[in-house]
Amino acid sequence: MSELQVKTMAEFMAEGKEAELLFWVGSAGSFDDRAKKITKAFVQIMNKANVNFGVLGSEESSSGDAAKRAGNEFLFQMQAMMNIEVMNGYNVKRIVTTCPHSYNTLKNEYKGLGGDYKVQHHTEFIAELLAEGKLKITGNLNGTKITYHDPCYLGRANNVYDIPRELIKSLGVELVEMKRSKRKSFCCGAGGAQMFKEPENGAQDININRTEEALGLKPDIIATACPFCNTMMTDGVKSVDEGAAEVKDIAELIAENIL
Amino acid sequence: MGISNIVFLVVFAIAIGFFTRNLNRIIANIKLGRDIDRSDRTRDRWKNMFRVAMGQSKMTRRPVAGILHIIVYLGFLIINIEMIEIVVDGIFGTHRFLASVLPIGLYNFLIGSFEVLAILVLLACAIFLVRRNIIRIKRFWSKEMTSWPRTDANLILVFEILLMSAFLIMNATDSLLIAAGAEHYTTSFSNPISQHFQFFFSGLETSTLVFIERFAWWFHILGILGFMNYVLISKHLHIFFAFPSTYFANLNPLGQFNNLESVTNEVKLMMDPNADPYAAPPADAPAPESFGAKDATDLNWVQLLNSYSCTECGRCTDNCPANQTGKLLSPRKVMMDTRDRITEIADNKRKGVEDTKALLGDYITAEELWACTSCNACTDACPIELDPLSIILDMRRYLVMEESAAPTELNMMFTNVENNGAPWQFPASDRLNWKDE
Repeated sequence: MSELQVKTMAEFMAEGKEAELLFWVGSAGSFDDRAKKITKAFVQIMNKANVNFGVLGSEESSSGDAAKRAGNEFLFQMQAMMNIEVMNGYNVKRIVTTCPHSYNTLKNEYKGLGGDYKVQHHTEFIAELLAEGKLKITGNLNGTKITYHDPCYLGRANNVYDIPRELIKSLGVELVEMKRSKRKSFCCGAGGAQMFKEPENGAQDININRTEEALGLKPDIIATACPFCNTMMTDGVKSVDEGAAEVKDIAELIAENIL
Repeated sequence: MGISNIVFLVVFAIAIGFFTRNLNRIIANIKLGRDIDRSDRTRDRWKNMFRVAMGQSKMTRRPVAGILHIIVYLGFLIINIEMIEIVVDGIFGTHRFLASVLPIGLYNFLIGSFEVLAILVLLACAIFLVRRNIIRIKRFWSKEMTSWPRTDANLILVFEILLMSAFLIMNATDSLLIAAGAEHYTTSFSNPISQHFQFFFSGLETSTLVFIERFAWWFHILGILGFMNYVLISKHLHIFFAFPSTYFANLNPLGQFNNLESVTNEVKLMMDPNADPYAAPPADAPAPESFGAKDATDLNWVQLLNSYSCTECGRCTDNCPANQTGKLLSPRKVMMDTRDRITEIADNKRKGVEDTKALLGDYITAEELWACTSCNACTDACPIELDPLSIILDMRRYLVMEESAAPTELNMMFTNVENNGAPWQFPASDRLNWKDE
C-alpha cells in the first residue's frame, strides 16, 4: 500500500491553510482493527482523487451516538458541545465519515446544539467523486456475487438506499438482494449501544439471524457500509459458516478497483 | 311526532352525550403528558395526514391486509353519509329523506354504492376474522395479545358484519314493501345488492316485513351509536386518532433523536466559565422535571396520543429484530402498556384512589428497554407513524440519568467516553495511529 497522505486540521492551521472538508474518522475507525482497514481504504480513495481533507486526530472525540442511544443524554451533549467547539474553531463546513452513526448524529443532532455542517456518508462522497470524474473504476469484479446489508442509520434513519447499491453495481458485479432489504432491512444487532453490551436473553442473536439470511443467497461477499455492521456480520459468518463469504465495506471494494 | 320518534331522539341524545363525555376524558388523559411543540411546518403536517391517514399510503405495504383495510375504511367513511338520512328519518318520521333533497339519479347512485360497499365490507371483515382465528397469523397471537385484545378485535369485526347485514336487510325489506304499496314506504331507490337478498323475505305478510324492516333500521342506528361509544374503550380508536397522530407525527429523519433541552441548559452552564457554581435557583422556581420517563405522565402528549391511536396491528413487533429473535421487547406492547397505564392513572385520580404503580417496572421492564437496537423498524412499519422508539428512549434516559441503572457494560462504555473520548479504553493520543500501521 502506498503511503497514506493524512494531515490534521491543526497542521492545516499551522500552515495558514484550510482543508476543504473534514474526514470524521470516528472511534471505531480509529481504534477497531477491522474498522481501521475501512478508514485506510477510504483515505486511499481520497488520496487518489486528490481530495483536500483534514482529520482531527487526537482532537476528535466520541460523537456521543452510543451514549445518547443508551439514554445518557448528558454525556452525549457534553461530547457534542466539545466536538462542536473544536470543529467551529477550525471553521469546518463540510464533513465526510465512514460511520453511519457519526453521520446521523453529526448531521441531524448537532445542528440543534450549534453545529451546522454539510455531512456526507463516505458512499455519497465516493459517488460524487466518480460522477465528477475524479475517480475511475478500473478493476473488475465480474462474476462476483455480492449482497448488500443496509445499515439502519444510513437506510431507514436517513433514507440512503440507492447510492451504495449503485457503487456496488459500478464494479460490474452481480448484486443480489436479501428479502429484507432497503426499508425492510433487518438490523445487524449493534445499534442503540448494543455494540457495547451483551444481547438480552432470547432465542437467537440478531446478527446470526441476519447472517443466515445473507448466506442463504450464497454470495461471495457481504458488502456493508458501517464499521459496526461489519463487525456483527463478520462475527456472524464466523459462527454460521466460517469462510462462506467475505464481509467488506464498500470503501474497500472501491479502493481495490480504482486506478 | 310519534312515540318512536321521541324514543329515537332520546336514545340519540344519550349516545352522543356519553360519547362526548368519554372522548373528553381521553383528551384530558392525553393532556396529562408533558408539553412538546409540534406547531411547526403546518403545511407538511397537513400533507402527511392526507397521505398517510386519509391516503392509507403505508397500509398497502402489506397488500392483502392493505386492500381489505381500504375497503373497510372507504365503506366506513361513505356509508356514514347514510347516517344523515337515518337521523333525519328517525327524528321526523320521513321515509328516505335524502331522496327528497337530492336529484334522484344522485340518490340512487349513492344508495347503490352504499350497498356495494356494504357487501364488500362484510366480506372483508369475514376474511379478517378468518385471518385472525383460523389462519392464526402470528402477529395476532403473540404474548401481549392476551384474551381481551383478541376479543376486542373479534368483537369489532363481528359488530361491523352485523351492521352491514342490518343495512342490507333493511333495504331488501324496504324495497319489498314499496313494491307491495305499503303505507309510508313510498320512495323507491336503487338496490343492486339487496335485491338478491329479497328471496329470504318473499311471501311474508306486510306486517312481518314492516317489523323486520323496522328492526333492521333500529339495529343499524343503535348499532352505530353503540359502536361509536364502544370505540372509546377499545383499540379501535384509531378511526379517529389516526388523523391527529399523523398530523402531529415526528417529521424529522427517523435517526434524529430529540436533544433534551433541560440537559442542554445544564451542560451549557457547566461549560460556561462565567457561571456561578454556587448559584441557588430562585425560591419560587418550579421543581425540576425528571430526566426521561418513569411513568406515563413523564411522556409527552404526542406519545400519549400515539398510545390511544394504536390499533394493535403488530406490524412494529413483526419487524422488530429484538422481538423476532426471541427477546422480551415488543414495540406494540410498549404502546399498549403506555395507554393502559395513562388510563389507570387518570381513573385513579378521578376516583381518588391511591396510585403506587409506575409504567417503568410495573408495566415495562428494564430488560425490554435494553433489548432495543434503535433500528427504527417499528416506526417505519407503523401505518400511522406512531413512535414507540421515542418512549423506549425516554425510559432508558430515566434509567440512566435518574437511577444510574444502566447495564454494567454500558456504564463502562460511559466511563471510557468520559475519560478518554472513546467507547473503548484507548487514549485520544492514539487516534491517528492507523495512519502508520
